[in-house]
Amino acid sequence: MGTIKIEDLHKSFGSNDVLKGIDLDFKSQGITAVLGPNSSGKTTLIKTILGMVIPDSGSIFINGSDIKKNWSYRKQIGYLPQIARFPENLKVSELLSMMKNLRDEKCDEDYWIDFFELQPFLNKRLANLSGGTRQKVNITQAFMFDSPILILDEPTAGLDPVSRIKFKEKLFEEKMKGKQILVTTHIMNLVEDIADDLIFILEGKIHYRGHPTHLKNSFHTKDFEKAIARMVSGSTGDKADHPDTLFCEKYKMTL
Amino acid sequence: MRKVMKYTVIDLLRSRWTYFYCGFFFILSGLLFLLSNDPSQVIITLMNVVLILVPLISTIFGVMYYYNSREFAELLLAQPIKRTDIFLGQYLGIACSLSFSIALGIGLPLLIFSSISDLSIGNYLMLIVTGIFLSLIFSAISFLTALLFENKLKGFGASIFIWLFFAIIYDALFLIALSFFSDYPLENFALFASIGNPIDLSRILIILKLDISALMGYTGALFSKLMGNFNGMLVAFSVLMAWIIIPLVGIVRVSLKKDF
Repeated sequence: MGTIKIEDLHKSFGSNDVLKGIDLDFKSQGITAVLGPNSSGKTTLIKTILGMVIPDSGSIFINGSDIKKNWSYRKQIGYLPQIARFPENLKVSELLSMMKNLRDEKCDEDYWIDFFELQPFLNKRLANLSGGTRQKVNITQAFMFDSPILILDEPTAGLDPVSRIKFKEKLFEEKMKGKQILVTTHIMNLVEDIADDLIFILEGKIHYRGHPTHLKNSFHTKDFEKAIARMVSGSTGDKADHPDTLFCEKYKMTL
Repeated sequence: MRKVMKYTVIDLLRSRWTYFYCGFFFILSGLLFLLSNDPSQVIITLMNVVLILVPLISTIFGVMYYYNSREFAELLLAQPIKRTDIFLGQYLGIACSLSFSIALGIGLPLLIFSSISDLSIGNYLMLIVTGIFLSLIFSAISFLTALLFENKLKGFGASIFIWLFFAIIYDALFLIALSFFSDYPLENFALFASIGNPIDLSRILIILKLDISALMGYTGALFSKLMGNFNGMLVAFSVLMAWIIIPLVGIVRVSLKKDF
């Protein structure tokens, strides 16, 4: 199982304060959707966990160990980037071998190649693949190491409906294996379908944390997108005694 | 680092631009060997092309590769590898494929023609070695410049300006300074000024090897006079090495601190 703990995380780019004291704790298995409008800080938060962005202050612990000046902790993370751009002249099989070679870990690539029916593309150059096939290769490289933590940026982008359904089922299976899965997406249906936990970041702070269904109940709507919109605009109904509000008060968050 | 380098080389060796670059040198060298009877003329012509074109192509390759592989670098940064290994591996991959193009592009015609006529291979080897040094230096400088500039256009502009500075502006400033201060002893200034430009230094290195005094020019003659041809070449090589190491240190330092 993978745990992530974030303590008082701050990051600014020049005069732009992007993260303003984020505290988060992911203890149990599950799928957490990290949402927020553009420039809210969600990408920076994800990149900080991955070590791509160096925080100004605060700490991140992966399975209990501090990630500062440490790179080996990333063995426990599988990352699916949003833009699947790989070296264009490499073949699919070479890319997968490269990732295997780089990580030097137990790997289950054949399963994922079968799962996405990638065999006909293994000897094709990545430049010649369609967007959807490239995304399947992208998912394969992220999932094939069986990492306890998965960070997925827009995982279903470019997938056809059949692959999307298969992939969602697979995500549930991975969750049941005890994995910690963080997903960022703009597709609200996906969040409703898969997320057990929702984190909404606004202006560099955690604005809401709770279950997607609780969020809808809090804002007296059955439409998840409307609930999000109401939360952002502040046009809320009566929610003072709602469990999510209590949750947020407990964790010093604003709702 | 070795692993990242290996796959960068595989990627670049399949790029049509690598073949185009290699092919250009192959055709140019082949034609010059075919059409000219004077080997030193061939080498001087090739030298002039190498001194301008190799830094330019290396600059473009370095900066383009960095920006084109930025998203892939982000994926690599999320893997359990050191940051410095990623960027040094990519740099070495670019430098290797550029060096390979030059070595093959000039070396192959040289091999063919040296077997059928009497050529001084040492001079040509010096040209190839200098070309490789220039590839290593300018791809390192451009890779560092690209790392420093998030904006692709600015990074590209700055890299091209650096090439322009060393290829043209530096010499112009050098000549202006020489004529302006012509009443003063300028040996030391000229020596240090030529060390400050890897293209000038490469030119001196080739000319010292050729030992053609008419082509040495002021700085070449100074190198020869003060240090002798062999020591002058040794110093020039050491400084060229420093020209590789300094941007590499920059790549390491910037990559450790940069947010991606």
